[in-house]
Amino acid sequence: MQFKSMVISNVEVSPNYFRMRMTAPQELACAVPGQFVMLKVNDAIDPLLRRPFGLFDVGSFVPEYAGCGAQLYCEILYKVVGKGTKLLAALHHGDLVDLLVPLGKGFQMGPAGEEKVLVGGGVGLAPLYYLAKELKERGEKVRLFAGGRNRDDVLCITEFERLGVETYVATDDGTLGERGFVTQVLERHLASGMRIFACGPTPMLNAVAKMSQKHGVPCQVSMEAYMACGVGACLGCVMKGANHSDETPDYRCVCKDGPVFDSFELQWS
Amino acid sequence: MQRPDMSVVLAGIQMRNPVMTASGTFGYGAEFADYLDLESIGAMVTKGLSLKPKAGNPTPRIVETPGGMLNAIGLQNVGIDAFIEQKLPYLKDVNTPVIANLYGNTLEEYGEVASRLDGLAGVAGIEVNISCPNVKQGGIVFGTDPGAAQEVVSLVKRNTSKPLIVKLSPNVTDVVLMAKACADAGADALSLINTLTGMAIDLDRRRPVLANVTGGLSGPAIKPVALRMVWQVAKAVQLPLIGIGGIMNGRDALEFMLAGATAIQVGTASFLDPSAAQRIAGEMEQYLVENGIDNVRSLIGALEV
Ligand SMILES: Cc1cc2nc3c(=O)[nH]c(=O)nc-3n(C[C@H](O)[C@H](O)[C@H](O)COP(=O)(O)OP(=O)(O)OC[C@H]3O[C@@H](n4cnc5c(N)ncnc54)[C@H](O)[C@@H]3O)c2cc1C
Ligand SMILES: Cc1cc2nc3c(=O)[nH]c(=O)nc-3n(C[C@H](O)[C@H](O)[C@H](O)COP(=O)(O)O)c2cc1C
Ligand code: FES
Repeated sequence: MQFKSMVISNVEVSPNYFRMRMTAPQELACAVPGQFVMLKVNDAIDPLLRRPFGLFDVGSFVPEYAGCGAQLYCEILYKVVGKGTKLLAALHHGDLVDLLVPLGKGFQMGPAGEEKVLVGGGVGLAPLYYLAKELKERGEKVRLFAGGRNRDDVLCITEFERLGVETYVATDDGTLGERGFVTQVLERHLASGMRIFACGPTPMLNAVAKMSQKHGVPCQVSMEAYMACGVGACLGCVMKGANHSDETPDYRCVCKDGPVFDSFELQWS
Repeated sequence: MQRPDMSVVLAGIQMRNPVMTASGTFGYGAEFADYLDLESIGAMVTKGLSLKPKAGNPTPRIVETPGGMLNAIGLQNVGIDAFIEQKLPYLKDVNTPVIANLYGNTLEEYGEVASRLDGLAGVAGIEVNISCPNVKQGGIVFGTDPGAAQEVVSLVKRNTSKPLIVKLSPNVTDVVLMAKACADAGADALSLINTLTGMAIDLDRRRPVLANVTGGLSGPAIKPVALRMVWQVAKAVQLPLIGIGGIMNGRDALEFMLAGATAIQVGTASFLDPSAAQRIAGEMEQYLVENGIDNVRSLIGALEV
């Protein structure tokens, strides 16, 4: 649905990374981790298009003004990378933004009792936090493997730990956790009876998808693509399905068929 | 004051207001049902349909540009059979005329798709996209050559009994020449404009942004070009026109009507605001109310030069 949302807070949590909380419609109570929002950062025609962001959290709060019951909020965690996110970072409490929510297909949490393994890098941690929260509410065992270029890219680890998630960290430069790729750390811990949920840069997802196949561990990945509409109409956001070939093309919409896919559904390089 | 009369008739198609959705920007209608009342708009135009399903181009397919966007979707669509089986039944239940947009990779394909659509209940008219390369003739774009355009339009005309709208390409030196060719070949109405060919470059990677290298520019950035073309064609051709290009609000839409359009199409605007088509119809009516105009048709071609 389309919703005029009010910014509640917008805080820089690490250099260039922001966490923004906004009012949300009641319909978001049924949102699933992995689903995303399309946000119009201003009313102008520049930037023209909405920007997609994964749901970082959904919860309820009691507004400061009197006579008001509990209301829903949603949060996004974003990195300033260009025009749109720069404008977003300048928003304050009380500013209005236009949202389409909740969009796409989220994670399927799988049967109880398995060990849930979350793998993420940078802002890829955003949907994983919401997922971890929901999994923990169900009493599941959850481990997080978080990676990044340096310590500044490894976000909100304390928040994950507060949920009771066991965390493993790796950075390219070794400024936090092990030095190297988080996927190397993951490989040492992979075992049957696990289920992987991954979100992050495509090379990382590529590695995780292959590893999960090798170890026979089910794996879902949350993908990114340039988007215009977010509702499956423009066909701008497609990815190749596993059986795609020039003769028998098989394109999937990231916005509608995803952004979360079973890793075997997609074609990996 | 009574509510103004917003209805228009376009080549025999009755519409409750002049607002249509543009091909390729509104899916097959159902994608937008959560965001607006499909029965509040004048007509819906489908994604471009071809004889066989079409895969489309590699990615990236879209990129934002100042005040606009480039797309190189490559006309991905489900194909005419799947459209009839899977998409049309839903659209039939909506009390709004559906225009099927079609294209072909060869001259013959245009004729075949048109004849498959003929006689189908639930299709009020067809819109022919002639901005496509003819794969049999070295990729010359039908819509940039008056002779080729005339050939396509006459062939489609022979294969349909439905109102025939021809969608003009702006990537020509003289749009009036093309418009006249299509009119002579039997078009019942003309829609303009399709996207303007453009390109975006990633300086640091020294590569084009789109996998297809070039793409079609749409959005507010193209509105002045579209207005100019509608105005030129309106002066030269008697057919009803549909104005398209960067329409974001009711005022934009009414400007196209002043330039000579009987109806308008909303394209890229539906991406930023999925309820845009309904909102724009409302804003047009509001303008009429505020200005004491009781009939939207009185604005068609009313530009004072
Ligand atoms: C389903 C989905 C969920 C996402 N979730 C988050 C999230 O939780 N947090 C977050 O920070 N980002 C997320 N992104 C990426 C985010 O949408 C882009 O970073 C943002 O749109 C950039 O906007 P901009 O105007 O600042 O950048 P622009 O000026 O448009 O571009 C700057 C740079 O960002 C890249 N970029 C632009 N759009 C995208 C895109 N859609 N996907 C990937 N790269 C892009 C461009 O290639 C360019 O290098 C998500 C993307 C998708 C598709
Ligand atoms: C993503 C996208 C896909 C499109 N697909 C088609 C198509 O299949 N057939 C067609 O005739 N026009 C197609 N168009 C062109 C639009 O219908 C319209 O003519 C153009 O976008 C200009 O209008 P706008 O500025 O309001 O978007 C497409 C445009 C976009 C942006
Ligand atoms: S963003 Fe338009 S189809 Fe996915």
